[in-house]
Amino acid sequence: MIVLLAIVAGVTAGLVLQPTVPVDLQPYLPIAVVAALDALFGGCRAWLERIFDDKVFVVSFVGNVLVASLIVYLGDKLGVSGQLSTAIVVVLGIRIFSNAAAIRRHLFRA
Amino acid sequence: MTVGTSPSPSPWRQIRRALLRRPGRAQGAAALLCGLVAFALVTQAHTTSRTNGVSAARPGDLLAILADLQGRADRLRQQVSDLQVTQRRLSAGSAGTSAALDAARQRAAALAILTGTMAARGPGVVLTIADPHAALHGDVLVDAIEELRDAGAEALQLSGVRVVASTSVVDGRGGVVVDGTAVRPPYRLVAIGDPRTLASALGIPGGVINSVGGTSGAKATVVTVPSLEVSALRRLAPPRYARPAPTGSP
Repeated sequence: MIVLLAIVAGVTAGLVLQPTVPVDLQPYLPIAVVAALDALFGGCRAWLERIFDDKVFVVSFVGNVLVASLIVYLGDKLGVSGQLSTAIVVVLGIRIFSNAAAIRRHLFRA
Repeated sequence: MTVGTSPSPSPWRQIRRALLRRPGRAQGAAALLCGLVAFALVTQAHTTSRTNGVSAARPGDLLAILADLQGRADRLRQQVSDLQVTQRRLSAGSAGTSAALDAARQRAAALAILTGTMAARGPGVVLTIADPHAALHGDVLVDAIEELRDAGAEALQLSGVRVVASTSVVDGRGGVVVDGTAVRPPYRLVAIGDPRTLASALGIPGGVINSVGGTSGAKATVVTVPSLEVSALRRLAPPRYARPAPTGSP
């Protein structure tokens, strides 16, 4: 319940405040969002499998975001930021899909 | 859905319990992170839609966009110069056409005055020959016409008949016949040209005025006029045999 409320609150805050993303953060925010989504789906799946642990969830969330940002940063320095960003999005997208499939199997047995 | 037949423990029951139960520490952490993600997602989506993606684009992408725009600008500039060249060519062509048209009009006017199909106006002289006894012959008038032509008369008229290259002057009863029209004295010969030249050409010793004065009772007078009008016209018959030669134009 409180999770849904937090999501609503976050969306509302984003819509109301309409914050401007700092220029330095602009390349990292989309990748960080995708990494966080991956962590969220992973957490959902773990919760449904009754192996959810809040410490693991927070660490994986923060770690995912940090590693994704670090890879983008490295890519910027190496001059392959575009390709590395694409690679991160592909990998995380695959993971999100597999997590979503596991969640679906848990919920609908299909 | 197979909710009812799912074996215990059902995930749906777990969700229901989680929604109803008092949130614990685990849910609090998850809620915080979920809210953060939602906030970041909305912010990013908003930024992307507002900036059209340009300000969020990477330098490489920006360079590609810039090169693309420059290429397009180059192409458009090339098109502009091409069209300007075309426009210049077309306007030059129309100017040439109007110049040719003007030249053709001037030539037509000159020919119309020469052939007597158009009235003419200008300075000139009026030669009046009084001949009360009708003793003058046509050759005197022809001499006068030739003399005026030699002096540069451009348009001639003898008592209401236009005098052109093919005009004939024949003796008739009590006067002369000019191009089939009977003309009686006094004769009035109007000539357009340089008035002084024409007057002096008529007045030279042994010239027209002298020879007219030698005839009984006849008397010639010359008046220079600054603005005369040769208003008599002549019907122009199309040539029956002569045709323009292809290279005859000067």
